[in-house]
Order: sequence, then structure tokens, then C-alpha cells
Amino acid sequence: MAHILEERQNQVSTAGANERTIDCNKASLAGSVSQRACVFCGSRVVLYPISDALHLIHGPIGCAAYTWDIRGSLSSGPELHRLSFSTDLQERDVIFGGETKLYNAALELIKAHKPNAAFIYSTCIVGVIGDDVERACRMLEAETGIPVIAVEAPGFQGSKKDGYKVACESIFKLVGRVNKPIPAKSINILGDFNLAGELWILLEYYKKMGVHVNATITGDGRVEAISNAHNAALNVVQCSGSMNYLAKLMKDKYNIPSMRVSYFGIEDMSDALYDVARFFKDDDMMEKARILVKEEISRMMPALAWYKERLTGKKAAIYVGGAFKAISLVKALRLIGVQSVIVGSQTGTPEDYELIKKLCDEGTIIVDDSNPIELSHFVKEKQADIFIGGVKERPIAHKIGLGFCDHNHERKEPLAGYEGMINFAKEIYATAMSPVWKFTK
Amino acid sequence: MKQTMEPIITTQDKTKTALAVGAASFVSTRNSCKLCAPLGASLVFKGIEGCVPLIHGSQGCATYIRRYMISHYKEPVDIASSNFSEEATIYGGSRNFITGINNIIKQYKPKVIGIASTCLSETIGEDIPGHIYNYKEANESTGGKLPTFIHASTPSYCGSHAEGFHNTVLASIKTLAEFDKTGSKITILPGMVSPADIRYLKELLSDFGIAFTLFPDYSETLDNVYTAEYQLIPSGGTTVHEIQRMGNARATIEFGTSFNKGFSRLKDKNAMQTAGEWLESSFYITNHQMPLPIGIEASDKLVEVLESLSGQKLPEKHVKERGRLVDAYVDAHKYVFGKKALLYGEEDFVMAMADWCREIGVEPFYIKGADFETLREKAEEFKPDFLLGNSKGYYIARERNIPLVRVGFPIHDRFGANRMHHIGYRGTQELFDRVVNALIEYKQENSPIGYKYL
Repeated sequence: MAHILEERQNQVSTAGANERTIDCNKASLAGSVSQRACVFCGSRVVLYPISDALHLIHGPIGCAAYTWDIRGSLSSGPELHRLSFSTDLQERDVIFGGETKLYNAALELIKAHKPNAAFIYSTCIVGVIGDDVERACRMLEAETGIPVIAVEAPGFQGSKKDGYKVACESIFKLVGRVNKPIPAKSINILGDFNLAGELWILLEYYKKMGVHVNATITGDGRVEAISNAHNAALNVVQCSGSMNYLAKLMKDKYNIPSMRVSYFGIEDMSDALYDVARFFKDDDMMEKARILVKEEISRMMPALAWYKERLTGKKAAIYVGGAFKAISLVKALRLIGVQSVIVGSQTGTPEDYELIKKLCDEGTIIVDDSNPIELSHFVKEKQADIFIGGVKERPIAHKIGLGFCDHNHERKEPLAGYEGMINFAKEIYATAMSPVWKFTK
Repeated sequence: MKQTMEPIITTQDKTKTALAVGAASFVSTRNSCKLCAPLGASLVFKGIEGCVPLIHGSQGCATYIRRYMISHYKEPVDIASSNFSEEATIYGGSRNFITGINNIIKQYKPKVIGIASTCLSETIGEDIPGHIYNYKEANESTGGKLPTFIHASTPSYCGSHAEGFHNTVLASIKTLAEFDKTGSKITILPGMVSPADIRYLKELLSDFGIAFTLFPDYSETLDNVYTAEYQLIPSGGTTVHEIQRMGNARATIEFGTSFNKGFSRLKDKNAMQTAGEWLESSFYITNHQMPLPIGIEASDKLVEVLESLSGQKLPEKHVKERGRLVDAYVDAHKYVFGKKALLYGEEDFVMAMADWCREIGVEPFYIKGADFETLREKAEEFKPDFLLGNSKGYYIARERNIPLVRVGFPIHDRFGANRMHHIGYRGTQELFDRVVNALIEYKQENSPIGYKYL
């Protein structure tokens, strides 16, 4: 495989007989044009949906500018998270220090916007010029009376995944600050980002089952609910790559168990409901879940069958941020007759990749932290018809004549839950069946 | 701390200040209008044939900039990163630099590698020219031709993406241009314009019969045809040879008035030159510096220079385009007269747009160095009838329920940004039609009865 750099050969494998364990969890290779971002990005995307907090980015302008209103993460209330605040460090600040500027900037913004908490992100050079952000945060907290949390996220201190960890630590600093009584059968939802309102679909399901949702930490998030998150009985974790660490922190300190779920596709969505009912050992809840699942599935089956009939035989390439999502996508695609021939992620773990190998048909290419050259080779080699990925993969797919489904955080159509599955099928159908492909053959 | 925050509010009369705007009320930047310098550098590097940009810093810089450019151009944008780790940050990035260059060469076989620095690599004092020198010395003997290296210093704490762009144009020319007296071409440096604008300029100059080098030319690399295969490096771009030959051009035409002068590096405060000025002072090449040719008057200025350089009159095709534009101005003048436009974007672009607004009877408003939140607050005083700028001002237009006419960079919420014209008679025609129709549509949509004719 000449198109794969030598140092990356072990990050590619195929499902089937001669399978090799994927080498992942490592830094991107210099010069390889990775599709990943950095530590700052990881922390920013996870904390972003906390909509009543102030997010101030301490550094030169780029980091704030590129992450302004970046996620389609909806809020049912405040929209402070959709503004982009930066200390916009200048050369003079870099030389003489940016701490005072940071303090003044944060103070004026807190006064103007009255947030319930503030996150101060340190970018690359802040770590280098030695600004004491922690101290500034302590002073600000004393002055304003709200939690002011330093998010230590210099881009060079690891990969995007390390940024997730930083975000988890930052959220954890909020947890435990509020003690409000909540119903016994309460869960926290971690790792759903309420893209296109997906969270609200899930809330409806859990409500029907009689489950109380306490904090929705990473989607439509609120400081108070997060501060009270330690009173829930269970953490339900999607996007485990980003949020498992927070679940672990909460398990260690507050003894809250967690479970890993996915809301994409029928099987995984249904399991997400059944598993919660099973956890609470509540027959009534389980019965309600069964009724809900039955209703939803019988409602959507005719439509799915229609899509399956037309899409059977199509081949898909999947390259997304988290591997657990990739697993759900493989299953969801199967439901509509589409075979996954390439499955990759930016941040998968060895366990994730083992699962993918077991799940996928023989010969499926499995790849960690890929790049445009590899991806374009793989899709040609496997003759994929459709690519499922994010913004950066779209032009690659389109340039070589593949349909594309955006499954990243900018999407505007909900793809989670049962109605999300129908939207997903619709989108795959629309891109696979468009008449425009006759001009690209 | 915001030293650039002087108010420039203009009306029909350029000398009269209609509304005074105080200095920045906020220390922080809220919803920035500017982007960082390495983005501008990457754009220039994409305009060099066979070039792969390398951003010497953390992985995020390259990825963010790629994402930002991809969302505008709807084209693959491969930008490599030297992917700084903690170790590199402490001990220096030379090893990452070498690995990065090696991997780019292995994968892309580029003719040129354009290296932009970042806030991180500049702050820790990375000696990129030194890295390049060492790399060449270590690898030149191993046989095989090495790519050409161009380095632009673009820390994001100095200026914006516009300065990054101009500094990189300057750096590329400084690196490559060679002096002799044999050339008869002219050099055209259009600045940050759209791929369609670049194609238009090439057509205009060709119609004049002028031999020219346009730099940077990303009209193909960032607005490519359907290729079926993944082109590692999209075809097109100004060649290294052409940039080398800029040292013997007979004239330079350079669009812009503010360029990279919006800020000054502490170390070379008064030494900032534009590429055209540098070519003039180093190689005695006459520099025709002019505002971006948006509007009839500004385009006439360009045509005047082209006429004198070519000894030809404006070709009939373009005379007709100008004539149709005048005709359109006349037909639709009352729909725009007295309207107020809020402008934002790169300074040179905004200045040119403002002049054009005045030309058609629209009152332009803009604030130098302002962020979007400041503009949003001041819009309360200005009460603009429409916004003229990139798609990031959409939220202000939405809040005020007024039209946004999308121009410039970035346009992330529409298709066709690369096919959009802004300059010359043709670009002005397109702009004028779009502005007129946006205002008419607005009135029609908000009319209680609705109508089918004007």
C-alpha cells in the first residue's frame, strides 16, 4: 500500500482472516495532513454546548475565530455559547504577558453577559509565555461569585482526544457545587450534543418511560444542572471517546455507575432505552420502553423497507470523529441494505477497532487517523458509492464522484433516534440516487 | 489595548464624519471579523503551482484553516502540519519540521513547499530559515531534486489573515524573484479576490494583449473542475519560474491601499513594504498601486494603466461591458439611492466597496478594526438598510431583519463563492444587480399586497 506512509502502516487493517491489531491512540504524523484538530479543539467542541456559560479563549485570534458558532448544538434557552470571545493577544501581550488583559476581558464580559459560569481556554502560546491562568480564574471567581474554570488546552499538548479529557476535567470542576433533590430514577446524558435538536428527541423517549433526565451535560447544557449532576443515579454515555473519562471521574468520586450507549440506528437506540430500564430494575419502565420501541419500529418499518429495496448493494465508506459512532453507522447502514467497506475514525481505541472488525464483513478496511490521500485510495479500491463523514471529507468524496452524508457536528437534520434513522435513510438515498452522477461516470 | 480602533464613518462626502464612534468599549474581541495570519499564507501558497502549504505549529491550526477554506471554496484543501507536541515545544520543532517535509515529499511530490509559521512556533523562537537551510544541506547530496521552499512569517498575534496574505505574497517574491533586464511581462498582484475575479483579470489582460504574471493564482486550485481522481495537488497556480521572472517585469500592478500596513511588527516597525513596493525599490520596476477595482471609477483607473502599458485602447468587448454597467446604473439608480450599507471584511476590500457604494448613491458605514459585536451595537445608531460582507455578519442581518448581500470571504452558508465576481466592470455589474435585487426583494417581501412588476 504505497499510498500509506510507512509510519502509518499499522494504523490500517482489514476485517477478516489476517487481521492485525490497529495501532491507535497516537499523535498524528507530521506532514501527513491528518483530518484531526488539536487539544484546544477537543475541549472546545465538548464544552461548547454549555449555553449559559461564558467561553473566553485566551490567545491570538485564530482559535476563537475558527470556532465561532461552529456546532449545530441547539439550546432551548440562553445562547451565550454561540458568541466567540477572545483576548486577541497581540505581539506586545506575548512579550509582556497577557494575564492582565485576560482578567480585564473576562471581567467585562462576565459583567455584560451575567453567565452562570465561565470557561477560560488557554491556547498554544499561553502555555509558553507563562500566563498564570489559574490565578486569574481564582481572582475572577472571588470578584464575580461565579465558577471561573481554567481549561488548560494548549494545542500541542496531545491530540484532540486529550482535549476531550481536559473538557471532562473542566466539567468535573462544576459537578458537586449544587445540591438539589431530584427523583430517584434520574440519569445524566453525556456525549449527546443536541445537534439539530437530537437531544430533545431522546428526552421525549425517556420521559415516556418515566425516566427523569437530570443533566444533559454536553447538549443544551446548563451550569446548574451540571453542578447537580452528582445526584443522578446513572450516567448514560454516548460519544464515549469524549465522555467516558467524565463518567469515570464521577464514578470514582460519587460512585455513579455509567453505561455506554448510542442513539444511531434502531438496534442501538432501542438498547439505549432497554438498558436504562434494566438498570433501574423497573418492570413498568421496561414495559413502557417495549411499547415505545414497538410503536416506533412499526411506524418506520415500511419506510425503511422501501429504502432498503432501493439501496441494497450500495457500498459506504465511513470516516468520523468517534469510533463508537462508526459502529452504530455500520449497523444502521445494514438496516437499509448498505454495506460498509471502509470504517475509520479520528480517535478510536483498540477496543473500538476490535468491535468494528468483528462487526464488519471480511475485507472491510479499518483505519485510524487517516488523511485525504489514503481515504481517496481506499474508496477507489473498495468502489464505495457513498461517503459518510464531516466537512473536511465532503470535497474529497465529491471530487471523485461519491455521494456524501454529513454526520458531523454541523449537520442540520437530526440523525439520532428513530426519526433520525429515517432522516439518515433519506439522506443516504438522496445522495446515492441523485441523477447528477451520470455526469461523473 | 485596541490601538486600531479609530473611527472611520463615512457619508457621501468623504471628508465629513457623520457619526462619531468612541474607542473600543471592550478589551476582548467579540465575534471577530478577522482571522489569523496563517490562513492568508495558506491561500497564497494554494496559488503557487505544485505547492503544498505546511503550517509549522500544532495540528489544529492546519485543520481549522482547512475546514474554513473548504467550507468557502467547496474544494479539497490539503494543508500539512508539523504537528507540534509538548516535546517539540520545549526542545524545538526541527525534528517535526524534517519529518513533516519528508512526509509531504513522499506523499505529494510537490514542486514547492510553502511554510507558514504560527503564534506557537514564532513565540518559542523557531528558526525556520535555519531549518530549511539544514534540510537542504542534509538532503541535497542524496540526489533527486528538492522542492523549492518558501517561508512566510505569520504569527497570528500580528495583524489578520489579510496581513498574512500580503506578507506571504511579499515573502514568496522576495524568495524567488531574480533581477535582470530582459523581461517584457507585467506583474499583477490582485490581493485577496475570488477565483472568478482572477479569471476575469486574466481575460481582461489577455484581451489587451498584455503578457503578464498574476500572483497568487488560485483560480483553478480552489475552483477546480470535477476530476474523478483525487488530485494530490490540484492543477493550476502561478509557477515558480513565473515568480522568478517577476524580477524583470516592466511594471507591477498591485491592488490595495492598506495591505500589510495595518500593523507593524515590533522588530521592523517602519520597514513594512508591499510586494509591489519591494519590487520597485529592489528592481526598479514601476509599481502601479491602486484600490481594488470595484466600481466604474476604480475600474477606469485600472483600464487607464492597462491602456498605457499596452498602447491599446480598451477592447470593444469590455467597452460594451462598461456601457451596459452604466445603463444598469441609470435604470436602477433610484432603488439604491440614499440607502445605507454596513460594510465589513478585509480593509482593502471594505475601502473599495465603500467607494463603490458612494459611486451609486449608497451611504457606506464601516469601522476600522471593529469586531462583529461592535458593528452590531453600532448598527443601532447607523440603522443600515443592508449588509455588504461575508456570511459571518448574517446574524446581524437576521436580528435587524435586513438583507445581507454576500461578498468576499468567507461565504460559508451559500454555494458559488468561488464563481462570484467583485472587480472590474463585470464584477461591478454582478454586485450592482445583486444589491439592487436584494433591496427590491426585501421591499417586495415586506409589502402588504405583493406585486409582480416594479
